[in-house]
Amino acid sequence: MAFTNEQLERYSRHIILKEVGSRGQKKLLNSSVLIIGAGGLGAPAAMYLAAAGVGTIGIADADEVDLSNLQRQIIHATKDIGKPKVESARETMEAMNPDVTVKTYHTFVTSDNILELIKDYDFIIDGTDNFLAKFLINDACVMAKKPFSHAGIIRFKGQLMTYVPGEGPCYRCVFKNPPPKDAVPTCKQAGVIGAMGGVIGSLQAMEAVKYILGVGDLLTGYLLTFDAITMEFRKIKLPSGEKHLHPEITELIDYEQTECEGI
Amino acid sequence: MTITVAGLKKEGADGLSVAQLIINENVETPQYVTVSVNDEFIAGDEFESAALQDGDSVEFLYFMGGGQ
Repeated sequence: MAFTNEQLERYSRHIILKEVGSRGQKKLLNSSVLIIGAGGLGAPAAMYLAAAGVGTIGIADADEVDLSNLQRQIIHATKDIGKPKVESARETMEAMNPDVTVKTYHTFVTSDNILELIKDYDFIIDGTDNFLAKFLINDACVMAKKPFSHAGIIRFKGQLMTYVPGEGPCYRCVFKNPPPKDAVPTCKQAGVIGAMGGVIGSLQAMEAVKYILGVGDLLTGYLLTFDAITMEFRKIKLPSGEKHLHPEITELIDYEQTECEGI
Repeated sequence: MTITVAGLKKEGADGLSVAQLIINENVETPQYVTVSVNDEFIAGDEFESAALQDGDSVEFLYFMGGGQ
């Protein structure tokens, strides 16, 4: 596949990088990433991946755009209020880059559909806002041997880690089980500074791009934390081991979806 | 003894337990924090009995649920 003149110009700042080049840009165009959650994290992640020319981007979210989302979910605009988030996200991505094929999944991710959803994607981004979904995504990716980026944001803090099969611990290795409902506050209850989604969601997109390109070190075996109050990033080494630090995941736990609004 | 907590060097009483350190550090939602010492996770039911040693490096890992 040769680049068109328009593509050469569109991706010129990528192609000029020795770590990307024409070959890397073609890898991106032939790659696929699934973003679960079109919200604070998923919005910037989706936009950077679309701009980068990731050829197929899947986006899953059951919700509609709400006015309270627009303080941080930059893929949606005021005119999109009431529209399914996945549709609004698709329109923004398609307007940014016609090279991208967007696949939308207007549904909650559940134990019944997640393995089917993730199976055709090279990399998964967890942009959900509740622990039950986060554990479900982890378990499905561990079972299906799919790499994924986990992240969470709250108040002025954010964190992320990357799981690649066989390289470092998974989310469940670190956090074991979901906390009881309402034991740990979510964004809606505690608030979140809008740009935090931009910082952490963009880092998730960065991990996806690096994984596809095979460039640099991923956050496998590390938790990267960011505190915007002190402006400190910390790359915390996680205990390592060749095996998962939990019993083998053989089936998905049918967690109930929490009614966390602001998704 | 000197220990490192979340990257910062601190003085601690000899025999300081993980449970006591969690109190000293005002850890938020202490019943749901994940603790690593050096390169190992400490299980929640070992917080009381796990005595820290000079030179140990302790990290607190927190659930962070937001994202949407």
